[in-house]
Amino acid sequence: MSVFVAGQTLAQGAATGAPLALDEPLSFWGGLDVKTGRIIDRWHPQVGEQVTGRVLMMPAGRGSSSGSAALAEALRVGVGPAAILLLKRDGIVVVGALAAAELYGRACPVALIAREDWTRLRAAGRLDVRAGPDGSRIAVPDD
Amino acid sequence: MPLELTAFDAELLAGAHGEAAAFAMRLLAKFAEAVGARRFLDIEAAHVDGCLYLGKASLDFVERLIALGGRVRAPTTLNVGSVDLLHPDLFRGDAQLGANGRRLMQAHLALGCLPTFTCAPYQTRHRPRFGAQIAWGESNAIVFANSVIGARTERYGDFIDLSCAMTGRAPEFGLHIGANRRARILVEIVDIPAEWDGAELACVAVGHLVGRLGEGVPAISGLPATTCEDDLKALGAAAASSGAVALFHAIGLTPEAPTLDAAFAGLAPERVVRFTADDLREAARSLSTIRDGAPIDAVTLGTPHFSIGEFARLTPLLEGEKPRVEIWINCNRETLEALRARGWEEKLQAAGVILVVDTCTYVTKLMRDGQRAIMTNSGKCAYYAPGNLGAEVAFGSLRECVASARAGRVTRL
Repeated sequence: MSVFVAGQTLAQGAATGAPLALDEPLSFWGGLDVKTGRIIDRWHPQVGEQVTGRVLMMPAGRGSSSGSAALAEALRVGVGPAAILLLKRDGIVVVGALAAAELYGRACPVALIAREDWTRLRAAGRLDVRAGPDGSRIAVPDD
Repeated sequence: MPLELTAFDAELLAGAHGEAAAFAMRLLAKFAEAVGARRFLDIEAAHVDGCLYLGKASLDFVERLIALGGRVRAPTTLNVGSVDLLHPDLFRGDAQLGANGRRLMQAHLALGCLPTFTCAPYQTRHRPRFGAQIAWGESNAIVFANSVIGARTERYGDFIDLSCAMTGRAPEFGLHIGANRRARILVEIVDIPAEWDGAELACVAVGHLVGRLGEGVPAISGLPATTCEDDLKALGAAAASSGAVALFHAIGLTPEAPTLDAAFAGLAPERVVRFTADDLREAARSLSTIRDGAPIDAVTLGTPHFSIGEFARLTPLLEGEKPRVEIWINCNRETLEALRARGWEEKLQAAGVILVVDTCTYVTKLMRDGQRAIMTNSGKCAYYAPGNLGAEVAFGSLRECVASARAGRVTRL
């Protein structure tokens, strides 16, 4: 029996991937190598991890307002995350995902989730994110 | 809560004002939802920070708007690009990157943006008025507009600043709303190092420290009475580099803080932080990665762009012995015109100054390959140069920068 968690849709789409939960906020500009999808912010605890194809769980966005273009560029190149789950609203992340969807037809769903769901979602082997117009559903499929 | 749309917003979304405006409005509506805004407001001006080439996505976005027949609806200034269009030979980066950078700058002009190409639009004739609702990108410009002018903007970034420009609308949230502009943190400058003349170093040091305080609008008391607009520019730029500061108040100096009470809207500070002369000295020292006396290859000034007032302070310092290393100075086109009108351009060039417009030494490849150790009076440049340029950096006052350029090594006064 799958576990379902509800979220608020910030950018629509559907995707599946293994979770990558960030322990600190990340700025995509200067923090993500848009050619490889690796985290390059040397101060970030997950430096060296690759976001490509992962369900990226972020406590919040951070810092530079140039983050939207960096996320859109990573999605264009094909090294971006499969989906993004946020604990805190972040316009910069959402716009990057929406621009990639509009320009390249590459949906990267973005959903806002509740803090109490963070731990069990990050522990899952795989997450299935469906961000629809009326809300998001994040499922932990039975393996 | 759903967004409340005016009839005009609905027309924009429906394409009544063109497909490009509809595209921009769709993005803006999603952004507004994501930040929790309930409605939009009219903006008087926009400043777009999308001219610096970061990858093909930025070019594709602007060219899509052009293909859809787009034109900005609000007066829109442009931030620095990747190349100096007036002095293209200065560019020493990858040729393809330079070509894409130029194409991106020209694409913004095709949308009707103004060719200001400056990170200091507040130094141009397009400076907004007190209280104006604007949508600005570029962290130093944002903090300057909010703090020093008292105009109202949130922190807009790629795609969104341009979407505001294309629609003339911005989401009503954050610092657009008066109640969110009051100070929360009181920053008391207890004393300033006696050896520092003027407010120049103090403002950068305070800015660097204030950026690290985290969330909450700061109000700073105890800055020198001689603090001028260029000092506040440097303070804001440093604070917006070490942190995400979009608004600060300086008691008795900035327009929304004539008194402590006015800055805090009569309420008590939620936090009080005190900085002493030792804290300021340590902050200034931490911005240097090379030691005093070490050789330098160049001096770079004008991050953010050098104002005519800063040139007026610099020119007398350059009289006398010619510096041993080049002095690079970034400024905007209007300032360059003003320099020429005063007959200063030749004098500066004779003193080994290289003037750069439209871009900035810290974001693009201008300086020579051998110029690896640089000195600057900019807290922002000192913060970013090691990462952006792979350069070693010394931070010091304008006088120290000139003295160091003469000596070819980091010289303290």
